Amino acid sequence: MNRNEKPRYLLPSLVAIAVLALFLWWANGNLDNYKIQVLNLIAINSILALSLNLIYGFTGMFSLGHAGFMAIGAYVSSLLILPQVQKDMIYIIQPLVWPFSVMQAPFFIAVLAGGIAAALLGLLIAMPVLRLGGDYLGIATLGFAEIIRVVFTNITPITNGALGLKGIPDYANIWWNYGWCLLTLFFMIRIANSNFGNVLRAIRDDEIAARAMGINTFKYRVVSFSIGAFFAGIGGALMASLITTIDPKMFSFLLTFNVLMIVVAGGLGSLTGSVLGSAVITILLEWLRFVENPIDIGSFHLEGIPGMRMVIFSLLLILIILFRREGIMGMRELSWDAFLRRFPRGGENR
Amino acid sequence: MLKIEDLHVYYGGIHALKGLSLEVAEGQIVTLIGANGAGKSSTLRSISGLVKNKKGKIIFEGQNILGKSPEALVSAGIAMCPEGRRILPHLTVMENLMLGAYIRNDREGIGKDLGWVFELFPRLKERTWQKGGTLSGGEQQMLALGRALMSRPKLLMLDEPSLGLAPLLVKEVFEIIRTINAEGKTVLLVEQNAFAALKVANYAYVLEVGEIVLEGTGEALIQDPKVKEAYLGG
Repeated sequence: MNRNEKPRYLLPSLVAIAVLALFLWWANGNLDNYKIQVLNLIAINSILALSLNLIYGFTGMFSLGHAGFMAIGAYVSSLLILPQVQKDMIYIIQPLVWPFSVMQAPFFIAVLAGGIAAALLGLLIAMPVLRLGGDYLGIATLGFAEIIRVVFTNITPITNGALGLKGIPDYANIWWNYGWCLLTLFFMIRIANSNFGNVLRAIRDDEIAARAMGINTFKYRVVSFSIGAFFAGIGGALMASLITTIDPKMFSFLLTFNVLMIVVAGGLGSLTGSVLGSAVITILLEWLRFVENPIDIGSFHLEGIPGMRMVIFSLLLILIILFRREGIMGMRELSWDAFLRRFPRGGENR
Repeated sequence: MLKIEDLHVYYGGIHALKGLSLEVAEGQIVTLIGANGAGKSSTLRSISGLVKNKKGKIIFEGQNILGKSPEALVSAGIAMCPEGRRILPHLTVMENLMLGAYIRNDREGIGKDLGWVFELFPRLKERTWQKGGTLSGGEQQMLALGRALMSRPKLLMLDEPSLGLAPLLVKEVFEIIRTINAEGKTVLLVEQNAFAALKVANYAYVLEVGEIVLEGTGEALIQDPKVKEAYLGG
């Protein structure tokens, strides 16, 4: 049923991608670096939010391990793209061990490797942990993310310990980030509209019912968790190359929390909601920086208070939870169906 | 068709079924009646593989199926319509039904069974695009029944299908159970509505705290003074 729609919506999708590309091309030439950085963050946050949404929103597994998977992706990909000279320079305490010391790969392969490494670890973690449900799963995955962080702080010959990796080549430009973002979105839409997606929703809504229908729920949960981990790894890899410096401290629970916030604000179980949510929240987080600067209101002079934007942000979140608990989109999606219905004539010509 | 011998089920320290034995003959409607906590649902959940901690023998078509996974049992032809309907609220009626046929991949057969389900429940056909959660209680029960039928079971197990339904709907549900049975499905029915259940049943068992205390044909049990007093309100 959903499959028949594809050719009909190919054209509007291509038009939308072309418009986005045009906008990015314009932005790349005309906006300052700071604004481009925000645009990049929106793309990466979208990838992260989509992957968590698959795990939490679609399959109903409350996972707090995203920072861990991002760390794996970031380190694996960074080690593959760090130039030899840089590798020799930053490993001061202990030299980088073979084979990491000589491995090199093109950026695309490196990011992919980061995703695959995260997915493999996700698979490994999933086996014992996914036997748990609900809040217990949240605590267990949170624990795993922390373990990864602590291990990364201590395996100095590979990760350079607390010093982190510096001078990672900044390959992750706007094209790579939005390319990966679109790829993720496309992949997730295909999942959501497939039988596989319906099985995941069935497990989320009622695991007993799903099992009574003969669905091997454990298998599906493991697969969904690993796919989510894969894209979290991709997001981490892109993030590392975007900010060019990573250290274990960066991958703390706060990072997971940010992604969780985007998913919840966008709407659990809504893919377009995740994308909208990451745009809104990323922009809001940056825009709210003005409250941390000194402000003059008439004759009043307010000193800027560092951290003030997080206070305002938390208040906004509380308001969302009080008045619009399902987030921006709820479980609905922005679809061509709904969009084209507003322009019936244009829709029927296709 | 189904034979249970000396089945024990434990939940933690609780001994929920204490050596239960029963038999379901092919083509019949067999019912299990009993009070809350007697072990009716535990029996069904053990047969469908949802309960792990169990001992004894469950023989389905000559094979011991104790300890098999729910997936394997659905494929073998045992479908359960769980207590409380357990409709998937965010999926459409159609998606709910198609997930019922999850283990099958014979497109033609699925289409045929879908037609049959719509014949049994014309209301579902009108609402294929509606979300499961927006259906009324009665419609949800129809959907749960239809979904269980979509796996083309040989043995259909129903856990409290009349729970929370208006009297008129209860009558309709039992009518449909009779129809399903007439079309060749063996039915194992668990009910608190003892009178209605005994009326449709070929054979019945009365369960009390994990043990079978009485058995007989449906008609015989309706007349039984002990059953009358305990379950049929005197």
